Amino acid sequence: MSAVRCVDLCKTYRQGDQDIKALDHVNLEITSGDFVCLSAPSGGGKTTLLNAIGGLDTPDSGEVYVAGQRIDNLSKSDLADLRLRKIGFVFQAYNLIPVLTARENIEFVMQVQGVPASERREKSLAILHEVGLETLEDRRPAKMSGGQQQRVAVARAIVSRPELVLADEPTANLDSKTAGELMELFTALNERHNSTFIIATHDQHIMTYAKRLIRMLDGRIVEDIDQRAA
Amino acid sequence: MHIVLRLAWRNLWRQPRRTWLTTGAMVFCNILLVFMMSMQFGMYGMMIDNTLQIFTGHLQVQAPGYKDEQKMRQVVPNILPLANTIRAELQSKAVAARGRTFVLASSEERSYGVMVYGVEPEFEQNVSNIPGLVRDGRYLRDHDAAEIVIGSILARNLRVDIGDEMTLLGGGADGSFAAAVVDVVGIFTSGVTAIDRNIAEIPLGLFQETFSMRGAGHQIVVVGEDLDEVPLLQMRVQSVLPAGSELQVLDWDTLQPGLRQVIQADMSSSFFMYFVLVVLVSFSVLNTQLMSVLERTREFGIVMALGLKPGKLGGLIMLETALMGMMGVVLGAFAGALFTSWFTTNGLAIPGMEEMAAQFNLPAKMYPRVNLLTLLAGPGIVFVFTMLAAIYPALRLRWQNPVEAMRVA
Repeated sequence: MSAVRCVDLCKTYRQGDQDIKALDHVNLEITSGDFVCLSAPSGGGKTTLLNAIGGLDTPDSGEVYVAGQRIDNLSKSDLADLRLRKIGFVFQAYNLIPVLTARENIEFVMQVQGVPASERREKSLAILHEVGLETLEDRRPAKMSGGQQQRVAVARAIVSRPELVLADEPTANLDSKTAGELMELFTALNERHNSTFIIATHDQHIMTYAKRLIRMLDGRIVEDIDQRAA
Repeated sequence: MHIVLRLAWRNLWRQPRRTWLTTGAMVFCNILLVFMMSMQFGMYGMMIDNTLQIFTGHLQVQAPGYKDEQKMRQVVPNILPLANTIRAELQSKAVAARGRTFVLASSEERSYGVMVYGVEPEFEQNVSNIPGLVRDGRYLRDHDAAEIVIGSILARNLRVDIGDEMTLLGGGADGSFAAAVVDVVGIFTSGVTAIDRNIAEIPLGLFQETFSMRGAGHQIVVVGEDLDEVPLLQMRVQSVLPAGSELQVLDWDTLQPGLRQVIQADMSSSFFMYFVLVVLVSFSVLNTQLMSVLERTREFGIVMALGLKPGKLGGLIMLETALMGMMGVVLGAFAGALFTSWFTTNGLAIPGMEEMAAQFNLPAKMYPRVNLLTLLAGPGIVFVFTMLAAIYPALRLRWQNPVEAMRVA
């Protein structure tokens, strides 16, 4: 089953007097449960593609489908609902809410989803255990290392079992050991929960964890490799 | 505690100094509003009391039309028995009958037009402060004695003093010529020129005899414990009026319409000042919340990316503002009540006011009146304006794009 399908996606940004083609007729299909790395040099279009798939940005033309639902023509409110219920995000800069503890950060999304308090607590403690942070549930982000913060961000992204997890340069601020541990965690979660992972990165080492590697250049897909076959 | 409430509360304390400064402005404004409004209501009460205490009282029983055109023959018949009935009904001595007419008052040297009141000496002091304002001589004692109490300016104009004789010339209720010779027994000083120059009082018995009143008078004045009691008193007095009588029971507001207008005009100007104060505090809140939103742009972008709708984010800003506003209301109303309560007991004396007040038979100090209205109206309005000030920062989030917001450093 198709988790993500992009049909002839185009997106152009204007920078000064120049038009920059961030997405240039991109066609892509990702099957459910896949673990994909999007690789491109800076400005290659990977974040724009990720944003289009996540409903954070709308393409100039083309179509985007997530879990079979066309999303490029949805309203802002419907897109917010889609992100809340079907997509988990992990960002480069962790982006936790600084005044909430690790557990509260994880519970916050569930609260917005309307999950009852007891279920929220149960799920958040379970996911903290899963990402190895069960002892840090009451700690605020400022009192955690970068790796620990990113694990909380991952826990927040997957606690509601989204069909799709999008991670934009999740290891960019981590040292290589912590980055490796995070990728091990992603891989384990992908296998355990069968969520589809799309990770944007330009780190060669990170790409080795992916089942499928898609290389982009100047807004176009230039290479699509199934690494399981390799 | 609900996680959103927790988030709002903790967000407030990210910048504790800023939150305290803004809350402090609200608290200060609320203390000021509670105190000023209580003082204002206290002052109005005093103004009303002092104005009504001179002559008007809280209620008057009069013949129909007498209020608008004081004619000698528009009388309250059998006024003394009716006054006694009202006293018995109200179980109060603050009820006094009066007659009132215009006469030509003459001394040996001069003559002046004077408004002369026939009063019950025993009861007049309970409804009017004129008896207490006598500075020279004494007040009237006897119901029928040929004596008079006059204002100090009138005494000076007529060149009379205590013990001097005066002649009163006027018209009787039956149209006859009326004249009386009276001895000056007292001179009062109210501080109000019009009263000290134009008013004189004689016993009601002498008034009725001189002006052929045949037991009648022109007004029965009633004073209650306070203004709130007036409507009830009015009903009770109305109930004891003779059956079929056309007599009217008029309250102070009808008798002195100008008093309410003065108070309303003063309230309008004061409330404009309060409005300016509240608007200034609102701008302080607007500034705080706008800064708070701007510095969290990236964070808001993140939570929007996670699926939180801008409307709910706006709700978070409103909740933060409401929490801050509640702190301002609770602390401000509490501190304002404490501060003002001290003055309700001890009064507020303005230097130089004591001597002046004594001259006018007024209390030397001003006493604020604290009630639910003065305690909650100001802080309540500050709270409402605080919430209004937060609408723009909250609405601003509606136009926020998550991707652009997340790019903000």
